[in-house]
Amino acid sequence: MNVFDIIGPVMIGPSSSHTAGAVRLGRVANKIINIKDIKALKGLKLEIILSGSFARTYKGHGTDRALLAGIMGYHSYSEEIRDALQIASANGINYKFIEQDIKNAHPNTARINFELDDKVGTVEGASIGGGNIRVDLVNGMRVDFTGENNTILVLHWDRPGVIADVTSLMRLKYPSANIANFKLSRRERGGEALMTIELDNRRGALDNEREMAADIQGLNNVINAIVIRAI
Amino acid sequence: MLEYNLIKDLINAAETSHKKISEIVIEDQALSMELKPEELFNKMSGNFDVMCEAVIKGSDKDLKSMSGLTGGEAYQMQSYIANNNGGLSGNFVNNAVAAALAVASYNASMGKIVAAPTAGSCGILPGCLVSLYNFKRADKHDIIMSLFTAGAFGMVIANNASIAGAEGGCQAECGSASGMAAAALVELMNGTPEQCGHACAIAIANQLGLVCDPVAGLVEIPCIKRNVSGVMIAFSSADMALAGIKAKIPVDECIAAMQSVGSALPVALRETSGGGLADTPTGRKLKELVLLS
Repeated sequence: MNVFDIIGPVMIGPSSSHTAGAVRLGRVANKIINIKDIKALKGLKLEIILSGSFARTYKGHGTDRALLAGIMGYHSYSEEIRDALQIASANGINYKFIEQDIKNAHPNTARINFELDDKVGTVEGASIGGGNIRVDLVNGMRVDFTGENNTILVLHWDRPGVIADVTSLMRLKYPSANIANFKLSRRERGGEALMTIELDNRRGALDNEREMAADIQGLNNVINAIVIRAI
Repeated sequence: MLEYNLIKDLINAAETSHKKISEIVIEDQALSMELKPEELFNKMSGNFDVMCEAVIKGSDKDLKSMSGLTGGEAYQMQSYIANNNGGLSGNFVNNAVAAALAVASYNASMGKIVAAPTAGSCGILPGCLVSLYNFKRADKHDIIMSLFTAGAFGMVIANNASIAGAEGGCQAECGSASGMAAAALVELMNGTPEQCGHACAIAIANQLGLVCDPVAGLVEIPCIKRNVSGVMIAFSSADMALAGIKAKIPVDECIAAMQSVGSALPVALRETSGGGLADTPTGRKLKELVLLS
């Protein structure tokens, strides 16, 4: 904790959990869809399930706008959040919010189903307080990361040696990066698999990690590698 | 390195080095964040600018919260001040009231604010500090520095109690913000570090047990007006401390008491809207209204 965790963050109100945290959840989906230019999101179909307290208070907290803004790549301090519904429509993004309790989920949980051309996937997570999030599910695969550390997600084909390829690359080219937490999950043998690699925080690490993700993306059998920046 | 476990230690560290608390905090934070003190100052200056802008934008006549339950109170207060020669409490104090209303209702309308320490209590530090700035009662540089004192007090509170309404009730949000603001005000008025501690202790003691009972689960009723009472308690606590009045219970013990009171609060009074004002006949009716809209 530092002084800017107390006098900060700068955010769009009204609620750190129901607004700022919701933007961050949306941003995880944005990174997984992996399209930076909002114009290229034209045709994106979203079905967003709001569970628990999210379902009951989303209008007053602007949770719907916040999630949508995050999915479009905005930050928790972007003034565009307030107009996110209109911005989405103007950019040809189709969205639907469904109030439906997800069994055994944290009270502030959202499940984002997205479809854009051949990209189809799901991100599910919870806003666990103070703008902090926990991501539970990516494309049907269980994950568990909080965003306290910079996290690299590697979507890949389940083949022998992929983990070794990724960690050797890290060891050789990024010797100061240390893995704080590692998780592998897959739906079926030989299908899509997902590595969740949480890294110890280091000064100036983010640029280094973006480069690392780009390098990992170039490895055999890797479909996509993204960096989720720490809070 | 400072530990931020006891306010007593912050006070001692400042007094032995003959510095203000904000000065030792900015130096310490620069070291631990591996940045220059100027970089931290500039970042804090940016945060203060966001506070000032929120006071202006939140005073808009037509401001409405997302739910439609609140909005425009700061404008009403400003008009009252203008038409009544400052009103009952006078120009300066009522402008601080208006500033707190402005920022807290701007938050409820999805405006840009600084969580200080939380979004629900975001009007208290601006209510105190932006009004001092607008009335030229303190130098901008010193005001920005005083936010480091407020932040350090907040870190100690977060380390020993809580700053989340869901954990400790409103005392943890508005109570903490008010205690932090009281300390900052004392420093700005050239009080001693020890007096900063007394001011914080008095402010926290005056909000001990305050429950978190938001109507319809939204950060509006009673949150917006509780930001105003947080400002008033911060001013009166700072003035008492500057007058040499001491808190009889030391500040670190007040924070410990806040923690034990918070744990003793039933869940219904910790942000779940199961009790308090949220569960009054009118509170329930307003909730229905929001759900139907």
